[in-house]
Amino acid sequence: MSSIDASGNAKTVIGGHKSRTSALLLLLHMRTFVALILVFAFFAIAAPNFLTTGNMLIISKHVALNAILAIGMTFVIIAGGIDLSVGSIVGLCAMVAGYLVLYGIDLGFVGVAYSVQFNTIEICLIVLVVGIFIGWINGMLITKLNVAPFIATLGILYVARGSALLFSDGRTFPNLAGNPEYGSDTFRIIGSGTFFGLPVSVWIMVVVALGAAYLATRTPLGRHIYAVGGNERGAALSGVNVDRTKLFVYMFSGLCAALVGLIISSQLQASHPATGETFELNAIAAAVLGGTSMSGGRGRIAGTIVGAFVIGILADGLIMMGVSSFWQTVIKGLVIIAAVVVDQVQQKLQARVVLQQNAN
Amino acid sequence: MTDANPIGLSIRNGSKIYPGTQALKNVDFDLRMGAVNVLVGENGAGKSTLMKIIAGVEQLNGGTIEIDGQQVVFADKTDAAKHGVGIVFQELNLFPNLTVAENIFVGHEKTRAGIHIDSQAQRTAAAALMKRLEQNIDPDTPLGNLRIGQQQIVEIAKALAENARILILDEPTSALSAAEVEVLFRVIGDLRKQGVGIVYISHRLEELIRIGDYITVLRDGAITGSRSMQGVDIPWIVANMIGSASKEFPKTGDHELGNEVFRVDNVCLPSPAGGYAVDHMSLSVREGEIVGLYGLMGAGRSELLECIMAQHPNSSGQIFIGGKPVKEKSVSGRIRRGLALIPEDRKRDGLVQIMTIRENLTMSSLYDFTRGFHLSLKAEAAKAAEFVKRMAIKIASLEHPVSSLSGGNQQKVVIGKALMTRPKILLMDEPSRGIDIGAKAEIFRTMRRLAEDGLGILFVTSDLEEVLALSDRVLVMANGRLTGQFPAGASAAEVISAATPNLNRVETR
Repeated sequence: MSSIDASGNAKTVIGGHKSRTSALLLLLHMRTFVALILVFAFFAIAAPNFLTTGNMLIISKHVALNAILAIGMTFVIIAGGIDLSVGSIVGLCAMVAGYLVLYGIDLGFVGVAYSVQFNTIEICLIVLVVGIFIGWINGMLITKLNVAPFIATLGILYVARGSALLFSDGRTFPNLAGNPEYGSDTFRIIGSGTFFGLPVSVWIMVVVALGAAYLATRTPLGRHIYAVGGNERGAALSGVNVDRTKLFVYMFSGLCAALVGLIISSQLQASHPATGETFELNAIAAAVLGGTSMSGGRGRIAGTIVGAFVIGILADGLIMMGVSSFWQTVIKGLVIIAAVVVDQVQQKLQARVVLQQNAN
Repeated sequence: MTDANPIGLSIRNGSKIYPGTQALKNVDFDLRMGAVNVLVGENGAGKSTLMKIIAGVEQLNGGTIEIDGQQVVFADKTDAAKHGVGIVFQELNLFPNLTVAENIFVGHEKTRAGIHIDSQAQRTAAAALMKRLEQNIDPDTPLGNLRIGQQQIVEIAKALAENARILILDEPTSALSAAEVEVLFRVIGDLRKQGVGIVYISHRLEELIRIGDYITVLRDGAITGSRSMQGVDIPWIVANMIGSASKEFPKTGDHELGNEVFRVDNVCLPSPAGGYAVDHMSLSVREGEIVGLYGLMGAGRSELLECIMAQHPNSSGQIFIGGKPVKEKSVSGRIRRGLALIPEDRKRDGLVQIMTIRENLTMSSLYDFTRGFHLSLKAEAAKAAEFVKRMAIKIASLEHPVSSLSGGNQQKVVIGKALMTRPKILLMDEPSRGIDIGAKAEIFRTMRRLAEDGLGILFVTSDLEEVLALSDRVLVMANGRLTGQFPAGASAAEVISAATPNLNRVETR
């Protein structure tokens, strides 16, 4: 058993076989990316108009929504949890945004006949705080009251969706044009504006992704998220504040959901209480497709983004080819399962390579 | 002797090759019936591989297995069980939510018409097995209600239920208290009388000498010694295991002890069963002193360390470091004050198995490499590499998962992680558990060196020899209380009697 130089030795000893294994391993490691290129290439050839700028922009706008949710979801899953409530938080936040744009806050309930109006930035901040707050409730249920994450967030899924419906009695808030008098006419920019030729929502995704990737790899908090998901007790005994770490991931997930709620209500210029239904499942799918392990401790933001693009391109590409939506759903399911199967193969292969290196 | 103990199973020229390593090299092994065949060797010497082959879990690449003179090939574990080979793995494979009877027959349930489980027949058979093993355990008890020692007995019953004539026990005593070990040894003695051939694997050498009839020593996949137990002593075993003269535990150095660095005052932890798990414990450790805390399993030693490490919010009492009270309620706060714990269960508490060696080493010290938010991976890797060198951890790369390391090297990672926080006092819970004798000696040397550098060490152990050889002072706990305090060089008898102040109660509980 030699020590640090063993990996170098191993290469020369086993020679060709070894390099073939590592090439395969690299391919498997990049599998989501490979899948993305394949899917992209396929539609570029098979679907006319797929490669047009207009289409690319539309796809990227679709992907941005799922990707932002999936980033929050990735942290939650890495920390060993699950957040089923994000779709409902999207809906509730969209309703809050719509309400604020249309009505502001009526101070009638404190006996003052006056309603406070907000400008776009204030509206955004309030909506984000609402999202973070709901995430905080999720986190508190899970850490302080020891409710299983699946159950806690399932409960909040219903509570938030019901609240969204209560907000408007089930109606839609239409015509969210805003009012230049209050400075809220800029609200539409979030969903439909562009910046350097790219939709604002795509920029939001880029910023959130870069921030999350930095957090995951270059901060103690990020490391703690992985540690908590890998071995909660071990992390606690190493001085990691487990509760605070978990609380953070659910609040971050709530923040991501609030961003999506803002984007959608701005894009549609309307808020509907059913906004975001089943979004949580697409977010989980993107995270898993990107290599996040459902048992916690493993996953990367870049993988999740690529996963979201695979799902998004697949969906839009199939539509452009005129494939029925029933088949689309079947294909999406198969892709997710295939991704997890390949992931298992990679894990096994990797473990074997490491063992070999240690044995040499 | 040969007639009394016929050879029941033999392996000739057995070889086993794993990708990259040869685990067994032309091994000739004879298993004698009606006797305890002990098997000993360092971790990775091939003991487990040899046993897995006998139990049908793994197959030989070369060589033959014979049972009663007939050549056999085991396709799998079930096949081996049909030939009367049963194995009890080191980690118990039981279901705490099922009853004792259900556990015994899990996977080969007694059924009527192949579908309906005949619980009555299972219960009767389980009761008969318990009687054979001289245990007063009701077959309907949920397994989770039994003590670890009793669970071990159930695991043995499970093997016997399949009519095992050959029984392999892989480190059965590593989790047992002294009283439970006695019970197990009595059971083994009975089985031996009934003609069962027993293979017994353990790291506890004095245990092997006590119970074994035949001994086989493995080193690097080859058998280096095989003989009847008569006249075998520890130096002989150690010499065959590690290939050089006996490595003594490092002798207590004669450096000066400093001032009191750590004091525990009146720590209490109420037990869920009533009474106290830790009962008004007080102790102190000086700079450069190694204090050994000896006791039987369940004496409250681990619980005391957990109280010190802020794991029990409902504990009371005070802790002082360098004379100043520790008020911090969080683990990270206590680590900052200079406490560090090496937990007993490495896998469960010590490491995050899927993370890399580097990430595990720096887990408790991340803020040392952080400015504002930013974690400097470069500084982190440099520090990790420094500790790998300092602790002499054998690794191929810092970026491999820590789970790829051997037990001894994993333990060094845990210790490295603790030392990186620059502790003033190191708490070690069974630091040598489950690691081979070579790594053990290295860990002990490290402890000595740290003490010479002025670190105070409080370590918990169930190994008498270890506590006597390593400690500057020996404390003994029983039933949550401090029951003895001895200087270095105390006699083993005194320490044992302090650890079992009420032998009767311990045995009948």
